[in-house]
Amino acid sequence: MKEELIIAGFGGQGVLSMGKILAYSGIMQNKEVTWMPSYGPEMRGGTANVTVIISDKRISSPILQWCDTAIVLNQQSMDKFEPIIRKGGLLLYDPNGISRHPTRKDIKIYSIAATDLANRMEMSRTFNMMVLGAYLKLKPILDKENVLQGLKKSLPERHHHLIPLNEKAIEVGKEHVKEVV
Amino acid sequence: MAEKLLKKGNEAIALAAIRYGADGYFGYPITPQSEVMETLMEEMPWETTGMVVLQAESETSSINMLYGGACCGKKVMTSSSSPGISLMCEGISYMAGAELPCLLVNVIRGGPGLGTIQPAQGDYFQAVKGGGHGDYRIIVLAPASVQEMYDFVGLGFELAFKYRIPTMILSDGAIGQMMEKVELRDSVRRLTDQEIAEKYGHWATVGKPANRKGNIISSLSLAASEMEAINLRLQEKYRTIEKNEIRYEKTMCEDAEYLLVAFGSSSRICEGTVEIAREKGIRLGLLRPITLFPYPTPVIQEMLPQLKGIMSVELNSGQMVEDVRLAVNGAVPVEFYGRMGGSIFSPEEVLKAFAEKFNL
Repeated sequence: MKEELIIAGFGGQGVLSMGKILAYSGIMQNKEVTWMPSYGPEMRGGTANVTVIISDKRISSPILQWCDTAIVLNQQSMDKFEPIIRKGGLLLYDPNGISRHPTRKDIKIYSIAATDLANRMEMSRTFNMMVLGAYLKLKPILDKENVLQGLKKSLPERHHHLIPLNEKAIEVGKEHVKEVV
Repeated sequence: MAEKLLKKGNEAIALAAIRYGADGYFGYPITPQSEVMETLMEEMPWETTGMVVLQAESETSSINMLYGGACCGKKVMTSSSSPGISLMCEGISYMAGAELPCLLVNVIRGGPGLGTIQPAQGDYFQAVKGGGHGDYRIIVLAPASVQEMYDFVGLGFELAFKYRIPTMILSDGAIGQMMEKVELRDSVRRLTDQEIAEKYGHWATVGKPANRKGNIISSLSLAASEMEAINLRLQEKYRTIEKNEIRYEKTMCEDAEYLLVAFGSSSRICEGTVEIAREKGIRLGLLRPITLFPYPTPVIQEMLPQLKGIMSVELNSGQMVEDVRLAVNGAVPVEFYGRMGGSIFSPEEVLKAFAEKFNL
């Protein structure tokens, strides 16, 4: 198993921490992981993005030309990362603020209305966990218990009382992810 | 089982310093390596191991604090990024001349001048050929993963004390900022003056007992004959290091017809290039020098009979390629591919450049 994933959005959306939780969950599942913040040829400025690689084997390049999955949380990231998804790969996005929807026919496209859901449920701070839940539903590469461990390891102890809320948000994301046809 | 954490390369350096029994860290903040001192300050090792962590008023000051600590036989270290290392070069030359051990960490950023905070490998010449004045060398280790950032702190101190020589971890913003799994090794406690003396000899200035002459540590020797003798002794030490301490890693080299040579973050990207090339049936291998001084010259030379060409891949304008060419001495074509100023190539880009240069 090797998953090469890019998560991209605005700074402050929790893009980097979502990546960190995924990477830590990977370690909990005895995988090799690499977490690389917006460095490299993909960097243009304006948005925050992170590359996460989770693999059974030693990871070579942390710099990607192509990815298996792109999680896209704003228009700039859609423009930048839709074209670099491998054929047959996955695009997951939040339609909030997206004016130009994805057009590729050779990838699988799903949406998660996490911004709307989080606001409606008054859980706006767990927006990124809903996106994470949607992703894990589509790519169940990590066991639930390891994701919870990863969450625990990523959060400072003073925030551990928020874990049940985050867990709930992951479940909400899993329930609400939709295929875009 | 050892604890496995998700850490940035810079954080790994700090955790390793405490666990490998460092006595002191002296540094001045600069991106992209500020997490080293930040992590040390968070960990507060002065309350556990007694390790000193001090923010100096400048890099010039931190390197001279290292000089003082090293004179007392202490395991001392600093970290900085390119412009900061330039400021330290006078002190590094003095420490090399006075034969003092220390650990230096350079998390390179794009240059020259203040440059950019993005990763680069433009300080190869400075590290390997000597950024300061005089005929000196330092041992240079090039980690390619967060685990190696951690492990090379231990290795760096070991080599620095074994040969009484400044040792540098030459990293860059990519390895420093990236997070990977790091396995913490068992902690080593700080050594006492007595233990240092028993292990590495009675050279430190820790007080003169009645039964031996006082130790003098200095890089000054005005008489030409004496200074020449010191230089010859240093050169002899460098030759011993070249004989004993070459470290490298080979990937897919057994049947390789072509070879990429790359260190640090570039070597990680080139590992990806080799994977793609092999899928296309190109017999490409990768040599990753782990020690940049001593350089794995004999390793390249041994491989020459099987090779049709070599490409050095670096995040600079072509620095290490000079050492590759010296090793090859015209036996096979040596090409170079690089990017500068904080831009990074992808594995595919490297393969494209390789195919163009060798008409494949």
